[in-house]
Amino acid sequence: MTQANKITGAEIVIKALIDQGVDTVFGYPGGAILPIYDELFQQKKIKHILVRHEQAATHAAEGYARSTGKIGVVFVTSGPGATNSVTGLTDALMDSVPIVVISGQVPTFMIGNDAFQEADTVGITRPCTKHNWLVKDTNKLAETIHKAFEVAGSGRPGPVLVDVPKDVQFASGRYTKKNEIKRDFIKKEPPIDLNMLDEAINRLELAERPIIYSGGGVINSGQSAVNSLRNLVAGTNFPITSTLMGLGSYPASGKNWLGMLGMHGTYEANMSMHDCDFMLCIGARFDDRITGRIDAFSPNSYKVHIDIDPSSINKNITVEAPLIGDVSRILSTLIARWKERGSKVNKKKLSAWWKSINDWKGVKSLGYENSSNVIKPQYAVQRLEELTKSYSRFVSTEVGQHQMWAAQFMGFEEPNRWMTSGGLGTMGYGFPASIGIQIAHPNSLVINVAGEASWLMNMQELGTAVQYRLPVKQFILNNERLGMVRQWQELLHGERYSHSWSDALPDFVKLAEAYGIKGIRCEDPARLDDGIREMIECPGPVIFDCLVEKHENCFPMIPSGKAHNEMILGEQTEKNSISDDGAVLV
Amino acid sequence: MSLKLKKGVNKQSAYNLRDPNLDYEAAHTLSIIVDNESGVLARVIGLFSGRGYNIDSLTVAEVDPNGHRSRITIVTTGTPKVVNQIKAQLNRMVPVHEVIDLTLKGKAVQRELAIFKVVGNGNQRVESLRLADVFRAKVVDSTLKSFTFELTGTSEKIDAFAELMAPLGLKEIARTGIVALLRGDNSN
Repeated sequence: MTQANKITGAEIVIKALIDQGVDTVFGYPGGAILPIYDELFQQKKIKHILVRHEQAATHAAEGYARSTGKIGVVFVTSGPGATNSVTGLTDALMDSVPIVVISGQVPTFMIGNDAFQEADTVGITRPCTKHNWLVKDTNKLAETIHKAFEVAGSGRPGPVLVDVPKDVQFASGRYTKKNEIKRDFIKKEPPIDLNMLDEAINRLELAERPIIYSGGGVINSGQSAVNSLRNLVAGTNFPITSTLMGLGSYPASGKNWLGMLGMHGTYEANMSMHDCDFMLCIGARFDDRITGRIDAFSPNSYKVHIDIDPSSINKNITVEAPLIGDVSRILSTLIARWKERGSKVNKKKLSAWWKSINDWKGVKSLGYENSSNVIKPQYAVQRLEELTKSYSRFVSTEVGQHQMWAAQFMGFEEPNRWMTSGGLGTMGYGFPASIGIQIAHPNSLVINVAGEASWLMNMQELGTAVQYRLPVKQFILNNERLGMVRQWQELLHGERYSHSWSDALPDFVKLAEAYGIKGIRCEDPARLDDGIREMIECPGPVIFDCLVEKHENCFPMIPSGKAHNEMILGEQTEKNSISDDGAVLV
Repeated sequence: MSLKLKKGVNKQSAYNLRDPNLDYEAAHTLSIIVDNESGVLARVIGLFSGRGYNIDSLTVAEVDPNGHRSRITIVTTGTPKVVNQIKAQLNRMVPVHEVIDLTLKGKAVQRELAIFKVVGNGNQRVESLRLADVFRAKVVDSTLKSFTFELTGTSEKIDAFAELMAPLGLKEIARTGIVALLRGDNSN
């Protein structure tokens, strides 16, 4: 190897990213990553989006990744830059989002000396990444970056971090191409357990009360998995429900759709889960927001669980038929074998099951009492849905009541259109995520459905939105409360509203104007549609301050520690259900 | 109207259909082959502490210098469900190549090495030497009033020896923790 074949570590980083097909990086410069930023400055293939806080860079990369299926990339500096990325890394780990964070580090000879802006980045991020690396040798830098992309994107996707000390960025070393690395570190998928699969198909054919419960794994597995899922639903006529992460894999307008399940899922979805005798769980992980009380979860069903991650099997719920592997591969095999055997289902029992489900649907669990004086948050989301659904639309959310209302009232026809923080529940996720989504889809309508409290957590990103002329629409359901906290305090903590109101809120319209963008305030239900239309038609970013009913609760709700059939329904629904149906057990 | 809820009819509440051994906690010896890279032990230990698993014993050393592989031997206690979860979580880690549950795989040789410092005079000193002989402990260091014994064996044997030495002037113990391999001619 001659000196001439060597390039600097900083050049290697940029070259490796280009080799990986990266065109966008979200980041924030600082001392320990300056050589890489210097290289970034001298090239044109990678666009850099300067955020206003490193946490936002990670969420923007998540939004970018989830809306495209590609890997999101982040640059941060050492110390505080790296520690600020921890929330985004954890969020991505919980929701299986592939992102690669490249962090600057103090020079190798300073590590351990409590140098300026030094932090034990690999130590801090070890439990919140799929894997991480500290690169001490420039010759290994390219290989490590390529490995990082492989790890992030393969199997169950997730975040990784590569920590690059400043002297490694300056030093010269060999460049290794993407296809030159050994791939022995990739976990091999086991072959499909065909005996188990056939047993699952036996049960599927005989099922009297089946349900398909799908999750984010279907979306991560890609379009062919989504197509297989839709084919399976169409072929079997089984009802389907999805987790918060899985919305869009089956179209919300589809006739077998029961809506989301879980803590704030629909009555029909949760009752079907509880009463079913055959459950096909596809790419979901029996999270506690889904199951409610574990020992009362779907007590009489035969459970099939398709998951690429063996550690998801039998973690929360013991299943009869685990099938480990990529959803797309397993589902297509399952469908092929089921068709070979004559595409049988228990039609007679199935129609009786649908009758029960339709009775549950009749409860209209998403009902609420509308008002002509004050905007009900559910109404605001419904109108937003109605006026935007014809657009090429992407939706992100923050975390809380508004998130659940968005999940309940917005319909997603396609995957990768709905970006929300599910596992970690990160307030402040939605605004930066909407920025990442808009970067990836410049001509689409990108809306962040927010609550005012969550939105304030990353409001500094207004600067990013304005700098890059990103027409992201911030639809804030402003109840001047931490709505979900307030709801729990009302229902579970004796109405003691400890620190759950948003005092000293900014004037959101003036805040928008301070950044030179449009602000719209609306508090009259009659003017809501006009306001939303004005927001959509505005070519730039908009803050929509939607003043809503302050004490609205989000129903239905399974209180934690309760079973699916112990849901609390809203007052409006209970009135309906008692008059309409007589004896709904709640 | 078919809004019938089957109240109380489930596997848990009607009567217990679950395998009574399911919640039985047992010790498992896991042999974990990992890349010998910096931080790998921290990853493995971090998994155990982060997810609330037990570590009863832990040893680690490089066993294949050419392949840069180390063997970590961990003794952990848990129900079958928890132990399965531990193995699945370990297998997920990038530097982990293999996780072998020696307790399930068959009979394994399990050994520990310990060093004891026993200080005393007269009969106590003679008795400690005599017992050391019974246990086939080796004297690896000695002064006029002390012996340092080296003992290899199962953890039970080392516990027993420690108990006997306690009244005879036992001052300090160092133990390696368990190392283990499957019996027989199969590797793993």
